[in-house]
Amino acid sequence: MSTTTDSIEALAQREYKYGFVTDIEQEFAPPGLNEDIIRFISAKKNEPDWLLEWRLKAYRHWKKLYERGLEPKWAFLPYGYGPIDYQAISYFAAPKQRPQSLDEVDPELLRTYERLGIPLEEQKWLAGVAVDAVFDSVSVATTFQKELEKHGVIFCSFSEAVQKHPELVQKYLGSVVPHSDNFFAALNSAVFSDGSFVYVPKGVRCPMELSTYFRINAAQTGQFERTLIIADEGSYVSYMEGCTAPMRDENQLHAAVVELIALDDATIKYSTIQNWYPGDEEGRGGIYNFVTKRGKCLGRNSHISWTQVETGSAITWKYPSCILQGENSVGEFYSVALTNLKQQADTGTKMIHIGKNTKSTIVSKGISAGRGQNTYRGMVKIMKSAENARNYTQCDSLLIGDKCGAHTFPYIEVKNRTARMEHEASTSKIGEDQMFYCRQRGIGMEDAISLIVSGFCKEVFRELPMEFAVEAQKLLSVSLEGSVG
Amino acid sequence: MLEIKNLHVSVEGKKILKGFNLKVDAGEVHSIMGPNGSGKSTLASVLAGRDGYEVTEGQILYRGRDLFEMDPEERACEGVFMAFQYPVEIPGVGSIQFLTAALNAIRKHRGEEEFDAFEALKLFKDKLKQLQMSDEMLHRSVNEGFSGGEKKKNEIFQMAVLEPSLAVLDETDSGLDIDALRIVADGVNALRGPERAMLVITHYQRLLNYVVPDYVHVLVDGRIVRSGGMELALRLEEHGYSWAGERDPAGVAAARL
Repeated sequence: MSTTTDSIEALAQREYKYGFVTDIEQEFAPPGLNEDIIRFISAKKNEPDWLLEWRLKAYRHWKKLYERGLEPKWAFLPYGYGPIDYQAISYFAAPKQRPQSLDEVDPELLRTYERLGIPLEEQKWLAGVAVDAVFDSVSVATTFQKELEKHGVIFCSFSEAVQKHPELVQKYLGSVVPHSDNFFAALNSAVFSDGSFVYVPKGVRCPMELSTYFRINAAQTGQFERTLIIADEGSYVSYMEGCTAPMRDENQLHAAVVELIALDDATIKYSTIQNWYPGDEEGRGGIYNFVTKRGKCLGRNSHISWTQVETGSAITWKYPSCILQGENSVGEFYSVALTNLKQQADTGTKMIHIGKNTKSTIVSKGISAGRGQNTYRGMVKIMKSAENARNYTQCDSLLIGDKCGAHTFPYIEVKNRTARMEHEASTSKIGEDQMFYCRQRGIGMEDAISLIVSGFCKEVFRELPMEFAVEAQKLLSVSLEGSVG
Repeated sequence: MLEIKNLHVSVEGKKILKGFNLKVDAGEVHSIMGPNGSGKSTLASVLAGRDGYEVTEGQILYRGRDLFEMDPEERACEGVFMAFQYPVEIPGVGSIQFLTAALNAIRKHRGEEEFDAFEALKLFKDKLKQLQMSDEMLHRSVNEGFSGGEKKKNEIFQMAVLEPSLAVLDETDSGLDIDALRIVADGVNALRGPERAMLVITHYQRLLNYVVPDYVHVLVDGRIVRSGGMELALRLEEHGYSWAGERDPAGVAAARL
C-alpha cells in the first residue's frame, strides 16, 4: 500500500564489515569439556592451585546443572535456538607465538586489529585510550601499561593479573558473580580464558580511558572472558569494550563474566559496544552472547554506570546489574539494543537496593527492524534495609517495519515503604509522518531513518565517552543499512 | 513553473480531486480557498508526494518535468517546499542537526558545496533575525513541545533557509492568534520574489489580508469553480462557499488556462 512501509520492510542484508578471518597459526585444546580440559587450561596459564580448585568447583556445579537440564530457558526468544553441544566446542584457542612486548606482536595480528580500526601501536592512538586486545582465548597486547603504572593503575590481561597480583584476584574474583550464580556464569568460571583486569588505587582518577577489544577468530571455539575491575576509595575509571567476530554459518558461544567493585566514593563507568557477527537474514550463524555482568557498589557514595550499545549477535542474553550496598550509592543503566535481520535480544538490568538512600536510573531504548525480536527485561528490588531508595525507569521501543517485535517485562519488588519508584514506557513505530517530513525537506530515506533513530537513542549516546559516541552512531547507521529499499 | 492538468485523485477509493487545473508562473502568489473536504490538503499532499494518494488521471508538470516521476526528497531538492498544516515532532533530533541535514542534502543535489556546522548556524541565525524570530527554537528538538504558533513559525523559518522555487503553504494560518499570524505573514511576504511561486492554501480569507495574492481560486468538491483576484476572497468572506459553488458550476472558470 504505502511505498515507505514496503521499502522499510525490504530489510536486506547489511554488510558486516568485520566478518573476515585471520590466517594465523593457533594452538587449540581438543573439543570437549571435562576436568582434564580445565586442568589443561589452568596449566597453560600457569595458575596457582587455589584457582584451579575454584575452576573445578565451578565445573562440577555446572555439570550438575547441565545433567539436570537446567540451562536457562526463560529468556523470550520466539525463534528459539539450536541446542548447544558443549562437547563440540574447543575451550582454548591461542596464537602460537606469544609476544613478550608490543614490538613482538605478530604483524598479522597487528594488521587484524588495524582492519578492525584498533591500531595497537601506541603512537597511532589518540593519547588517552589504553587498549587490551583479546584474540580468542588470550590477550595479545596491552598498550600504555607503563604510562598507567606511573599513576599506580593496574591494567593488564586477567592471566597477567593472576601472576602478578594474585592477592587482589583472589580477594575479589567471584565476589560479585559467584561461580554458582547461573548456568553460564558457572561455565565461564570453569573455563574462562582471558579478559581484562583493572585496579585503580585510592584517590586516583585514571588518566585515560581503558578499553578492551575482544575478537573471536577461530572456528568451533567459544570465547569465555573474565573481566574484573576494582575501583578503590575515591577513585574514578572509565572503561570501554568492543567486540567483533568472523562471519560463519555455525553459531559460536560467547559466555563472559564481568565483575565491578566500587569502594567508598569510587566511580566506575563501563561502556560496551557489542558488534559480534549477527548471523544472516535467515538467522543462520552468529554469536550466542550469553553474558553475566554485575557491579557491586560496596562503599558509601559509590557509583556504577553501565552504558551499552548492542547491535550484534544472533542472540543477546545480558543484564548488566548493580548491587547497591553502600549508603547513598548510585547505579545506572543506559542501553540501546538493536535487532535487525533475525536477531533476538533479551536484555535489561537488575538494580538491587540494599543500602540507605540508594538511587538507580534505567534508560532502555530498544530498536527492532527486519524480523528482529527485542525484549527488555528488568528488575528493581528494594530490600527492607533500603530506606529512601529511589528508582527511575524509562523504557522505550521503536519498531521499523511490521515483521519485528518489541516486548517488555519489568519486575518491581519493594520491601520498604519509603521507596519511590517511577516507571515510564513507550512503544512507537517509526512514523510515516516523521519520515515524510524529513523527505519533504530533501533528506533521503536512509538518512531520515538514521536521523530519527539517533534522536531516539540520544539519552543513551550522551552517556558514552566521546570517541565511543561517534562510533556508536556510525555503527547504528551501518546496522540499519539496507533497512530501506 | 507549475502546471496541473485535469488532475483526479482518490484516497482509499474515494474521489477527492475531480479534474483540477491550475497554472502558476514564477513570481506569482496563488491562493486556493475552499471549504472543509473540498480537496485543499489533498492537493498539497499530492504536490509534495505523500503516500496514500492515488492519481487516477491527469498530470503535473513542474518546470517542465513530470512531478510524479520524482520521490518526495527529489522534489524537495528541486525546490518544492511544503509548509505543513500539522508539522510533526521528531524527539531527540536537534533543530540545527535536522535543518543542516536538509540544507546540505539540497546543496549537494544542486552540486554546491555542503555547509559546515558554523556556516549553517550563521545562516540560520541570519534568517531568524530577518524574520524577527527568536533563535531559542534552534536549541530544541524538531517541533518537540512547540506550541501551534511556534510550529508554524518554524515552517516559515525552514522555508526561508531552504529558499524553494515553489512554496506550498497548507493552511499555515489555522490555529494562529493574530500576532503569530502577522509574523508568519511577514515571513511569507519577505520571501516573495520574481523567481519564486507560492501556493497559499487556506480556509479563511483572514491570511489574505496580510499576504495579498495575485490570484484567488475557489475549490469546491474537487474542482476550481471560480478564479479571480483579491475581490473574490472578499466576496467569499461575505457570502460563503455555497454561493461560489452555485453560481458557477463545473469549474468552467478554472484558472487561466
